[in-house]
Amino acid sequence: MSEAQRTPFVDSLLDGATLAQLPGSGIGWLDTARRENLEAFVASGLPDGRVEAWKYTALRALGQRRFASGDAQALTQAVDASAFVLPGIDGPSLVFVNGAFRKDLSRIDNLPAGLGLLPLSQALQGDAEPLRFALSRHYRGSGDVFARLNAALAGDGVVLRVADGAKISQPVRLVFVGAPVNADLAWHVRHIVELGEGAELSLIEQHVATGAHQNLGTQVTDIVLRKGSRLRHVTLQEAAEGSTLVRHDGIQLDADAHAAMYVMELGGSLVRHDLHATLAGDRARLDTRGVFALRGRQHVDTQMAIRHSALNTVSESVWRGVADDRSRGVFRGAIVVAEGADGSDASLSSKNLLLSGGAEIDTKPELEIYADEVKAAHGATVGQLDERSLFYLRSRGIPFAEARSILTTAFCRAVFDGLDDEGLREHINTQLMAHLPTA
Amino acid sequence: MLKIENLHARVEGKDILKGLTLTVNPGEVHAIMGPNGAGKSTLGNVLSGRDGYEVTEGSVTFNGVDLLALEPEERAAAGVFLAFQYPVEIPGVNNTYFLRAALNAQRKQRGEAELDSMQFLKLVREKLKIMQISDELLHRAVNEGFSGGEKKRNEIFQMAVLEPKLAILDETDSGLDIDALKQVAQGVNALRSTERGFLVITHYQRLLDYIEPDFVHVLADGRIVQSGDKTLALKLEEQGYAWVNDKDPALTGASA
Repeated sequence: MSEAQRTPFVDSLLDGATLAQLPGSGIGWLDTARRENLEAFVASGLPDGRVEAWKYTALRALGQRRFASGDAQALTQAVDASAFVLPGIDGPSLVFVNGAFRKDLSRIDNLPAGLGLLPLSQALQGDAEPLRFALSRHYRGSGDVFARLNAALAGDGVVLRVADGAKISQPVRLVFVGAPVNADLAWHVRHIVELGEGAELSLIEQHVATGAHQNLGTQVTDIVLRKGSRLRHVTLQEAAEGSTLVRHDGIQLDADAHAAMYVMELGGSLVRHDLHATLAGDRARLDTRGVFALRGRQHVDTQMAIRHSALNTVSESVWRGVADDRSRGVFRGAIVVAEGADGSDASLSSKNLLLSGGAEIDTKPELEIYADEVKAAHGATVGQLDERSLFYLRSRGIPFAEARSILTTAFCRAVFDGLDDEGLREHINTQLMAHLPTA
Repeated sequence: MLKIENLHARVEGKDILKGLTLTVNPGEVHAIMGPNGAGKSTLGNVLSGRDGYEVTEGSVTFNGVDLLALEPEERAAAGVFLAFQYPVEIPGVNNTYFLRAALNAQRKQRGEAELDSMQFLKLVREKLKIMQISDELLHRAVNEGFSGGEKKRNEIFQMAVLEPKLAILDETDSGLDIDALKQVAQGVNALRSTERGFLVITHYQRLLDYIEPDFVHVLADGRIVQSGDKTLALKLEEQGYAWVNDKDPALTGASA
């Protein structure tokens, strides 16, 4: 282990790493996986800009910060539930405060038939063997540094299974509340989601804050969609403006499975989202729709990688980015159509709006095709608000700031047009409107 | 109401308006006619406050207020409305939402109470009836995918809802077939009142068959070279703008 890599960041996390106290400690394979991932994390440290996956997101400042582990108040701290209420949605939910499961805020009684939903800490108390495959993974890639950290230190999270053929009508909510404590805190959650053959589920993931803080949260989610299953996954990221949040989603789609992923990124100071999908079965389909709207000095980096590895698979990705003030947005969309994935159809659109001369957006679509009879299209733009539209609104009496806000929201909202839940769509529009510049 | 005096304006360093003087009183309909390049659209743009138009001399007052000192949204709130020659398509912004935001923004600036959605809907229904427009138009995004005629009718409909004191129609007839032209004119005529002034900018006399003006002004090379009643428009129609050029002091060498 080289001394150069022992940054205050690594030191502080290592100091706080009490693997023996994590839920599931004592399960041999889990102890081993945690220990090995931690060693790998310490050995690699945080990558610098020479690593392609971190080219546009510098981790130097983060490397100099120290984070405490474990929040003693997380289980008892009063939390205002209105921070994460969604109109018309009151189905099952799991709520975590600074990474700790809060039974008192969650709703997991009377689950619909076919839905298995429980916190990871509880799942590990029973038969942990079904979790073994997911939890013994080693994250070795240079882009996977936080997944490595997460695999070592995550003690809780969500285990969600939908039985074959079960169609869950009410959306399930996973809520992650960041709450201020007296030190900068690091928390880690690990989720395992599996939809059985022909199953259907709507999942809403919310990241919210109950006050200003500068905590670090890491999250790793593994999603497996069995044959013919359908998942709608909506992520509403409204974390505290000073916080750091790193999410790593891995999705596998078997034959005829369909996933629709909606992502709204509004919060956080430093945010990284990796979305890695494999269209593993014939005719699998993935739709991704995402928006980031940034202000101040926010930095949001989305790294999407989609792999078509079966026949006649489809992916359609539409992403919009808006950056104001001195904020920075990064979007990388890499699509690979592997050899033999003939008849695949891949499209990717990334359009971006700069609202200030100090803002920056880097977008990079990448397409690699090794199969035949493939339809592929991608486009990326970075531009500014249309002056003619702005003048049109103003000439009707709408002040400049409001006109700008209306146009920016319109630019973003089309992304959510396909979301067949009007209440949720309206909620997203309202949040976007509120977050976008008004001055 | 509107007093334009010796207005000089330039676009991209080029002088376009060169001493235009015009007064519009409440209830009057003034037609501004002129050949291409005379400065017709520049006049509309300067009055509505579009960027890129530099006023180098002269003044414009609106009910005693210096109009040129106001932002575009303040001019709208003061009661100036421009019906665009080329209305902009704004995908993602619903027509009804836009119009309510506009009306309430104006009311707010004037210190009036904003309308709630029920009050607004009632108002819109009344205006739709007057304009003979189907409410299907309301549910679409602003001008998106509208035909040329629909766009112009939407402009007039906006005018009906916003109830300006002065309406400027910038070549509203351009690109319209005769049926669409009649519909638009009908809408305009329904909005004529003793309190409202109109400035109808047009290249062709055709529109004035349906919107009868009280005054006709001929604009050439940036200033008004001839004023008269509606018979002036007919004369232009007969004799063309070549006849006007003879009247232009700048072109004939006479002093202004």
